Amino acid sequence: MTAREAVATVVDPELRVVTIAELGILRDVETDDSGHVTVTITPTYTGCPAMEVIRADIGAALRAAGHADHDVRTVFAPAWSTDWISPDGRAKLAAAGIAPPAPTRAAGPTAPAPPVALTIAVRCTHCGSPETEQLSRFGSTACKALWRCRACGEPFDAMKAY
Amino acid sequence: MTTVDYVLRLGDDALVTAQRFGAWYAAGPEMEEDVALANIALDQLGAARLLLTYAGELEGAGRDEDALAYTRDAAAFRNCRLVEQPEPDFGVVIAKLLLLSAFQLPLYDALAGAGDERLAAIAGKARKESAYHLDHSTLWTLRLGDGTDESHQRMQAAIDGLWPYTPGLFAGEGGPVAFADLRAPWSSTVEDVLGRATLTVPATVAEPTGERKHLVELLAEMQELHRAHPGARW
Repeated sequence: MTAREAVATVVDPELRVVTIAELGILRDVETDDSGHVTVTITPTYTGCPAMEVIRADIGAALRAAGHADHDVRTVFAPAWSTDWISPDGRAKLAAAGIAPPAPTRAAGPTAPAPPVALTIAVRCTHCGSPETEQLSRFGSTACKALWRCRACGEPFDAMKAY
Repeated sequence: MTTVDYVLRLGDDALVTAQRFGAWYAAGPEMEEDVALANIALDQLGAARLLLTYAGELEGAGRDEDALAYTRDAAAFRNCRLVEQPEPDFGVVIAKLLLLSAFQLPLYDALAGAGDERLAAIAGKARKESAYHLDHSTLWTLRLGDGTDESHQRMQAAIDGLWPYTPGLFAGEGGPVAFADLRAPWSSTVEDVLGRATLTVPATVAEPTGERKHLVELLAEMQELHRAHPGARW
Protein backbone atom coordinates (compact mmCIF):
# COMPACT_ATOMS: atom_id res chain seq x y z
CA MET A 1 0.00 0.00 0.00
CA THR A 2 1.39 3.43 -0.86
CA ALA A 3 1.83 5.97 1.89
CA ARG A 4 -0.94 8.10 0.38
CA GLU A 5 -3.36 5.16 0.30
CA ALA A 6 -2.52 4.31 3.92
CA VAL A 7 -3.06 7.86 5.17
CA ALA A 8 -6.25 8.27 3.13
CA THR A 9 -7.90 5.46 5.16
CA VAL A 10 -7.58 7.37 8.46
CA VAL A 11 -11.02 8.40 9.71
CA ASP A 12 -11.79 11.56 11.62
CA PRO A 13 -11.95 10.60 15.33
CA GLU A 14 -15.00 12.78 16.01
CA LEU A 15 -16.88 12.26 12.71
CA ARG A 16 -16.04 8.62 12.24
CA VAL A 17 -17.97 8.22 8.97
CA VAL A 18 -15.57 10.37 6.94
CA THR A 19 -11.85 10.06 6.26
CA ILE A 20 -9.45 12.93 6.82
CA ALA A 21 -9.04 13.09 3.02
CA GLU A 22 -12.81 13.49 2.49
CA LEU A 23 -12.97 16.10 5.24
CA GLY A 24 -10.26 18.08 3.46
CA ILE A 25 -7.84 18.25 6.37
CA LEU A 26 -5.26 16.02 4.63
CA ARG A 27 -3.32 18.44 2.45
CA ASP A 28 -0.39 16.41 1.12
CA VAL A 29 1.51 13.11 1.35
CA GLU A 30 5.02 13.14 -0.12
CA THR A 31 7.61 10.38 -0.22
CA ASP A 32 11.21 11.43 -0.93
CA ASP A 33 13.98 9.33 -2.57
CA SER A 34 15.05 7.88 0.79
CA GLY A 35 11.50 6.65 1.48
CA HIS A 36 10.81 9.29 4.14
CA VAL A 37 7.12 10.21 4.17
CA THR A 38 5.97 13.75 4.98
CA VAL A 39 2.26 14.14 5.70
CA THR A 40 0.75 17.63 5.79
CA ILE A 41 -2.53 18.25 7.61
CA THR A 42 -4.50 21.35 8.59
CA PRO A 43 -6.95 21.74 11.50
CA THR A 44 -10.64 22.54 11.06
CA TYR A 45 -10.73 24.85 14.11
CA THR A 46 -7.55 26.10 15.81
CA GLY A 47 -8.45 24.46 19.11
CA CYS A 48 -9.72 21.18 17.64
CA PRO A 49 -8.76 18.56 20.27
CA ALA A 50 -8.92 15.78 17.66
CA MET A 51 -5.65 16.87 16.03
CA GLU A 52 -3.46 14.91 18.48
CA VAL A 53 -5.46 11.74 17.82
CA ILE A 54 -5.36 12.31 14.05
CA ARG A 55 -1.57 12.66 14.17
CA ALA A 56 -1.30 9.41 16.15
CA ASP A 57 -3.70 7.59 13.80
CA ILE A 58 -1.71 8.72 10.74
CA GLY A 59 1.47 7.37 12.37
CA ALA A 60 -0.20 4.04 13.14
CA ALA A 61 -1.58 3.72 9.58
CA LEU A 62 1.83 4.45 8.06
CA ARG A 63 3.66 2.01 10.34
CA ALA A 64 1.09 -0.74 9.54
CA ALA A 65 1.72 -0.14 5.82
CA GLY A 66 5.50 -0.37 6.28
CA HIS A 67 6.31 3.36 6.24
CA ALA A 68 7.94 3.73 9.66
CA ASP A 69 10.07 6.70 8.59
CA HIS A 70 7.67 9.62 8.53
CA ASP A 71 6.67 12.92 10.06
CA VAL A 72 3.40 14.83 10.24
CA ARG A 73 3.39 18.59 9.66
CA THR A 74 0.54 20.97 10.48
CA VAL A 75 -0.11 24.01 8.27
CA PHE A 76 -2.67 26.79 8.77
CA ALA A 77 -2.75 28.48 5.37
CA PRO A 78 -4.72 28.32 3.24
CA ALA A 79 -7.22 28.08 6.11
CA TRP A 80 -9.59 25.12 6.08
CA SER A 81 -13.22 25.84 5.35
CA THR A 82 -16.19 23.52 4.93
CA ASP A 83 -15.75 23.97 1.17
CA TRP A 84 -12.81 21.54 1.45
CA ILE A 85 -15.20 18.67 2.26
CA SER A 86 -15.49 16.44 -0.82
CA PRO A 87 -18.84 15.48 -2.42
CA ASP A 88 -18.31 11.93 -1.09
CA GLY A 89 -17.67 13.34 2.37
CA ARG A 90 -20.86 15.40 2.25
CA ALA A 91 -22.89 12.35 1.20
CA LYS A 92 -21.44 10.26 4.04
CA LEU A 93 -22.11 12.96 6.64
CA ALA A 94 -25.72 13.23 5.46
CA ALA A 95 -26.13 9.44 5.55
CA ALA A 96 -24.87 9.46 9.15
CA GLY A 97 -27.46 12.06 10.19
CA ILE A 98 -25.18 15.11 10.13
CA ALA A 99 -26.50 17.78 7.78
CA PRO A 100 -23.60 18.79 5.53
CA PRO A 101 -22.78 22.51 5.29
CA ALA A 102 -23.93 24.55 2.33
CA PRO A 103 -21.06 25.54 0.01
CA THR A 104 -19.91 29.12 0.63
CA ARG A 105 -17.70 29.38 -2.48
CA ALA A 106 -19.10 27.98 -5.73
CA ALA A 107 -15.69 28.20 -7.43
CA GLY A 108 -13.89 25.91 -4.95
CA PRO A 109 -12.29 26.14 -1.50
CA THR A 110 -9.50 28.59 -2.36
CA ALA A 111 -11.70 31.06 -4.25
CA PRO A 112 -12.37 34.37 -2.49
CA ALA A 113 -15.37 34.32 -0.16
CA PRO A 114 -18.45 35.97 -1.63
CA PRO A 115 -19.20 39.48 -0.33
CA VAL A 116 -22.58 38.46 1.08
CA ALA A 117 -22.93 35.27 3.14
CA LEU A 118 -26.18 33.51 2.27
CA THR A 119 -27.97 31.24 4.67
CA ILE A 120 -29.59 28.34 2.86
CA ALA A 121 -32.19 26.21 4.65
CA VAL A 122 -30.70 23.19 6.44
CA ARG A 123 -32.65 20.06 5.51
CA CYS A 124 -33.68 17.61 8.22
CA THR A 125 -31.46 14.53 8.03
CA HIS A 126 -34.38 12.33 9.12
CA CYS A 127 -37.27 13.38 6.85
CA GLY A 128 -35.64 15.83 4.41
CA SER A 129 -37.93 18.74 5.31
CA PRO A 130 -36.44 22.24 4.89
CA GLU A 131 -38.69 23.40 7.79
CA THR A 132 -35.93 23.35 10.43
CA GLU A 133 -34.70 25.65 13.18
CA GLN A 134 -31.41 26.13 14.97
CA LEU A 135 -31.59 25.10 18.63
CA SER A 136 -28.03 26.03 19.51
CA ARG A 137 -25.26 27.72 17.51
CA PHE A 138 -22.77 25.35 19.12
CA GLY A 139 -22.88 21.54 19.17
CA SER A 140 -21.13 18.46 20.46
CA THR A 141 -17.93 19.29 18.53
CA ALA A 142 -16.44 22.62 17.45
CA CYS A 143 -17.59 22.12 13.85
CA LYS A 144 -21.28 21.41 14.48
CA ALA A 145 -24.48 23.20 15.56
CA LEU A 146 -27.67 21.67 16.95
CA TRP A 147 -30.87 21.87 14.86
CA ARG A 148 -34.44 20.59 15.11
CA CYS A 149 -36.94 19.69 12.42
CA ARG A 150 -40.30 21.43 12.70
CA ALA A 151 -41.91 18.80 10.45
CA CYS A 152 -40.90 15.58 12.23
CA GLY A 153 -39.81 17.09 15.54
CA GLU A 154 -36.44 15.29 15.65
CA PRO A 155 -33.21 17.05 16.61
CA PHE A 156 -30.09 16.62 14.45
CA ASP A 157 -26.51 17.85 14.12
CA ALA A 158 -25.54 20.16 11.27
CA MET A 159 -22.03 21.08 10.27
CA LYS A 160 -21.58 24.85 10.47
CA ALA A 161 -20.79 26.52 7.15
CA TYR A 162 -17.35 27.88 8.00
CA MET B 1 8.24 44.57 12.97
CA THR B 2 6.74 41.83 15.13
CA THR B 3 8.07 41.80 18.69
CA VAL B 4 7.84 39.10 21.35
CA ASP B 5 5.70 41.44 23.49
CA TYR B 6 3.25 42.02 20.63
CA VAL B 7 2.66 38.30 20.10
CA LEU B 8 2.52 37.68 23.86
CA ARG B 9 -0.20 40.33 24.14
CA LEU B 10 -2.34 38.48 21.56
CA GLY B 11 -1.57 35.06 23.04
CA ASP B 12 -2.16 36.13 26.65
CA ASP B 13 -5.49 37.82 25.78
CA ALA B 14 -6.61 34.52 24.25
CA LEU B 15 -5.21 32.31 27.04
CA VAL B 16 -6.71 34.30 29.92
CA THR B 17 -10.07 34.44 28.10
CA ALA B 18 -9.99 30.67 27.57
CA GLN B 19 -9.33 30.13 31.27
CA ARG B 20 -12.17 32.47 32.32
CA PHE B 21 -14.76 31.07 29.87
CA GLY B 22 -13.75 27.46 30.55
CA ALA B 23 -14.81 28.04 34.16
CA TRP B 24 -18.42 28.51 32.93
CA TYR B 25 -18.68 24.92 31.81
CA ALA B 26 -21.67 23.44 33.73
CA ALA B 27 -22.39 26.90 35.22
CA GLY B 28 -24.19 28.58 32.30
CA PRO B 29 -27.90 29.49 32.34
CA GLU B 30 -28.74 26.59 30.03
CA MET B 31 -26.95 23.51 28.73
CA GLU B 32 -26.55 24.93 25.22
CA GLU B 33 -24.70 27.89 26.69
CA ASP B 34 -22.32 25.60 28.62
CA VAL B 35 -21.45 24.01 25.28
CA ALA B 36 -21.17 27.39 23.56
CA LEU B 37 -18.81 28.88 26.15
CA ALA B 38 -16.69 25.72 26.22
CA ASN B 39 -16.41 25.89 22.42
CA ILE B 40 -15.48 29.57 22.52
CA ALA B 41 -12.90 28.84 25.24
CA LEU B 42 -11.49 26.09 23.02
CA ASP B 43 -11.20 28.49 20.05
CA GLN B 44 -9.34 30.98 22.25
CA LEU B 45 -7.09 28.25 23.62
CA GLY B 46 -6.29 27.06 20.10
CA ALA B 47 -5.23 30.56 19.07
CA ALA B 48 -3.31 31.01 22.36
CA ARG B 49 -1.27 27.83 21.76
CA LEU B 50 -0.21 28.92 18.27
CA LEU B 51 0.58 32.47 19.38
CA LEU B 52 2.58 31.46 22.48
CA THR B 53 4.54 28.91 20.44
CA TYR B 54 5.41 31.69 17.98
CA ALA B 55 6.29 34.11 20.81
CA GLY B 56 8.64 31.50 22.27
CA GLU B 57 10.38 31.07 18.92
CA LEU B 58 10.75 34.84 18.45
CA GLU B 59 12.21 35.12 21.94
CA GLY B 60 14.75 32.41 21.14
CA ALA B 61 15.30 31.39 24.77
CA GLY B 62 13.95 27.86 24.36
CA ARG B 63 10.55 28.51 25.98
CA ASP B 64 7.64 26.59 24.44
CA GLU B 65 3.88 27.25 24.80
CA ASP B 66 3.71 25.40 28.12
CA ALA B 67 6.71 27.22 29.61
CA LEU B 68 5.12 30.55 28.68
CA ALA B 69 1.64 29.63 29.90
CA TYR B 70 2.60 27.88 33.11
CA THR B 71 5.85 29.34 34.42
CA ARG B 72 5.47 33.10 34.01
CA ASP B 73 4.06 35.10 36.90
CA ALA B 74 1.43 37.84 36.60
CA ALA B 75 3.96 40.63 36.08
CA ALA B 76 5.16 38.93 32.88
CA PHE B 77 1.69 38.54 31.35
CA ARG B 78 0.94 41.04 28.57
CA ASN B 79 -2.85 40.61 28.29
CA CYS B 80 -5.16 43.61 28.57
CA ARG B 81 -6.94 43.97 31.91
CA LEU B 82 -10.37 43.53 30.35
CA VAL B 83 -9.98 39.76 29.86
CA GLU B 84 -8.86 39.02 33.43
CA GLN B 85 -11.86 40.73 35.08
CA PRO B 86 -14.02 38.29 37.07
CA GLU B 87 -17.45 37.28 35.77
CA PRO B 88 -19.93 37.28 38.65
CA ASP B 89 -22.86 36.66 36.31
CA PHE B 90 -23.64 35.55 32.76
CA GLY B 91 -24.27 39.12 31.61
CA VAL B 92 -20.63 39.96 32.34
CA VAL B 93 -19.48 36.98 30.24
CA ILE B 94 -21.57 38.19 27.29
CA ALA B 95 -20.45 41.82 27.74
CA LYS B 96 -16.80 40.74 27.85
CA LEU B 97 -17.18 38.55 24.76
CA LEU B 98 -18.82 41.42 22.87
CA LEU B 99 -16.13 43.95 23.83
CA LEU B 100 -13.32 41.47 23.09
CA SER B 101 -14.60 39.95 19.84
CA ALA B 102 -15.39 43.41 18.42
CA PHE B 103 -11.63 44.01 18.87
CA GLN B 104 -10.26 40.58 17.89
CA LEU B 105 -12.24 40.40 14.63
CA PRO B 106 -10.81 43.56 12.96
CA LEU B 107 -7.41 42.73 14.50
CA TYR B 108 -7.26 39.25 12.97
CA ASP B 109 -8.78 40.52 9.73
CA ALA B 110 -5.97 43.07 9.41
CA LEU B 111 -3.24 40.65 10.52
CA ALA B 112 -4.40 38.08 7.95
CA GLY B 113 -3.36 40.54 5.24
CA ALA B 114 -0.35 42.13 6.97
CA GLY B 115 3.34 41.44 6.46
CA ASP B 116 4.06 38.73 9.06
CA GLU B 117 3.32 35.39 7.36
CA ARG B 118 3.16 33.37 10.55
CA LEU B 119 0.69 35.77 12.20
CA ALA B 120 -1.25 35.97 8.93
CA ALA B 121 -1.79 32.19 8.89
CA ILE B 122 -2.93 32.11 12.54
CA ALA B 123 -5.17 35.16 12.08
CA GLY B 124 -6.62 33.69 8.88
CA LYS B 125 -8.12 30.90 10.96
CA ALA B 126 -8.91 32.87 14.11
CA ARG B 127 -10.86 35.58 12.22
CA LYS B 128 -13.60 33.11 11.30
CA GLU B 129 -13.90 31.99 14.91
CA SER B 130 -13.99 35.61 16.13
CA ALA B 131 -16.78 36.40 13.66
CA TYR B 132 -18.82 33.60 15.22
CA HIS B 133 -18.03 34.87 18.75
CA LEU B 134 -19.16 38.37 17.78
CA ASP B 135 -22.41 37.00 16.31
CA HIS B 136 -23.07 34.98 19.44
CA SER B 137 -22.39 37.82 21.90
CA THR B 138 -24.42 40.23 19.75
CA LEU B 139 -27.48 37.95 19.81
CA TRP B 140 -27.28 37.58 23.60
CA THR B 141 -26.66 41.30 24.16
CA LEU B 142 -29.80 42.10 22.15
CA ARG B 143 -31.81 39.45 23.97
CA LEU B 144 -30.72 40.53 27.45
CA GLY B 145 -30.48 44.29 26.85
CA ASP B 146 -33.85 44.49 25.12
CA GLY B 147 -35.40 41.84 27.38
CA THR B 148 -36.98 42.20 30.82
CA ASP B 149 -36.29 45.06 33.23
CA GLU B 150 -34.09 42.73 35.25
CA SER B 151 -32.04 41.49 32.26
CA HIS B 152 -31.71 45.04 30.90
CA GLN B 153 -30.46 46.34 34.22
CA ARG B 154 -27.94 43.51 34.65
CA MET B 155 -26.66 43.80 31.08
CA GLN B 156 -26.17 47.54 31.52
CA ALA B 157 -24.37 46.92 34.84
CA ALA B 158 -22.11 44.39 33.07
CA ILE B 159 -21.20 46.87 30.32
CA ASP B 160 -20.68 49.68 32.88
CA GLY B 161 -18.45 47.46 35.02
CA LEU B 162 -16.17 46.39 32.17
CA TRP B 163 -16.11 49.70 30.26
CA PRO B 164 -13.26 51.28 32.31
CA TYR B 165 -11.00 48.43 31.11
CA THR B 166 -11.65 48.95 27.38
CA PRO B 167 -8.89 51.56 26.78
CA GLY B 168 -6.37 48.78 27.48
CA LEU B 169 -7.47 46.99 24.30
CA PHE B 170 -5.86 49.74 22.24
CA ALA B 171 -2.73 50.28 24.35
CA GLY B 172 0.66 49.05 23.18
CA GLU B 173 3.03 50.02 20.43
CA GLY B 174 4.45 48.35 17.35
CA GLY B 175 3.50 45.19 15.51
CA PRO B 176 2.22 44.68 11.95
CA VAL B 177 -1.20 46.10 12.97
CA ALA B 178 -1.32 48.99 15.46
CA PHE B 179 -3.86 48.34 18.23
CA ALA B 180 -4.76 52.06 18.27
CA ASP B 181 -6.02 51.78 14.66
CA LEU B 182 -8.69 49.31 15.78
CA ARG B 183 -10.48 51.78 18.03
CA ALA B 184 -12.67 53.23 15.27
CA PRO B 185 -14.03 49.91 13.91
CA TRP B 186 -14.42 48.64 17.49
CA SER B 187 -16.42 51.70 18.60
CA SER B 188 -18.64 51.49 15.57
CA THR B 189 -19.47 47.79 16.18
CA VAL B 190 -19.98 48.11 19.93
CA GLU B 191 -22.04 51.32 19.77
CA ASP B 192 -24.29 49.80 17.10
CA VAL B 193 -24.97 46.65 19.15
CA LEU B 194 -25.50 48.53 22.43
CA GLY B 195 -27.86 50.95 20.70
CA ARG B 196 -29.97 48.16 19.21
CA ALA B 197 -30.00 46.46 22.63
CA THR B 198 -31.43 49.69 24.19
CA LEU B 199 -28.27 49.98 26.31
CA THR B 200 -26.34 53.15 27.04
CA VAL B 201 -22.73 53.58 25.92
CA PRO B 202 -20.85 54.61 29.09
CA ALA B 203 -18.51 57.58 29.20
CA THR B 204 -14.86 56.68 28.73
CA VAL B 205 -12.74 57.06 31.87
CA ALA B 206 -9.07 56.44 32.62
CA GLU B 207 -8.32 52.75 33.02
CA PRO B 208 -7.74 51.62 36.64
CA THR B 209 -4.13 50.79 37.41
CA GLY B 210 -2.40 49.07 40.29
CA GLU B 211 -2.21 45.56 41.57
CA ARG B 212 -3.68 42.82 39.34
CA LYS B 213 -5.09 40.54 42.01
CA HIS B 214 -7.64 38.94 39.68
CA LEU B 215 -4.89 37.88 37.30
CA VAL B 216 -2.75 36.60 40.18
CA GLU B 217 -5.65 34.46 41.42
CA LEU B 218 -6.47 33.18 37.94
CA LEU B 219 -2.86 32.17 37.30
CA ALA B 220 -2.54 30.50 40.70
CA GLU B 221 -5.37 28.18 39.72
CA MET B 222 -4.31 27.69 36.08
CA GLN B 223 -0.66 26.99 36.92
CA GLU B 224 -1.13 24.94 40.08
CA LEU B 225 -0.78 21.52 38.50
CA HIS B 226 2.22 22.42 36.36
CA ARG B 227 4.01 24.06 39.28
CA ALA B 228 3.38 21.03 41.52
CA HIS B 229 4.45 18.61 38.77
CA PRO B 230 6.84 20.48 36.44
CA GLY B 231 6.72 19.15 32.89
CA ALA B 232 3.50 17.16 33.47
CA ARG B 233 1.89 16.12 30.17
CA TRP B 234 -1.31 14.36 29.17
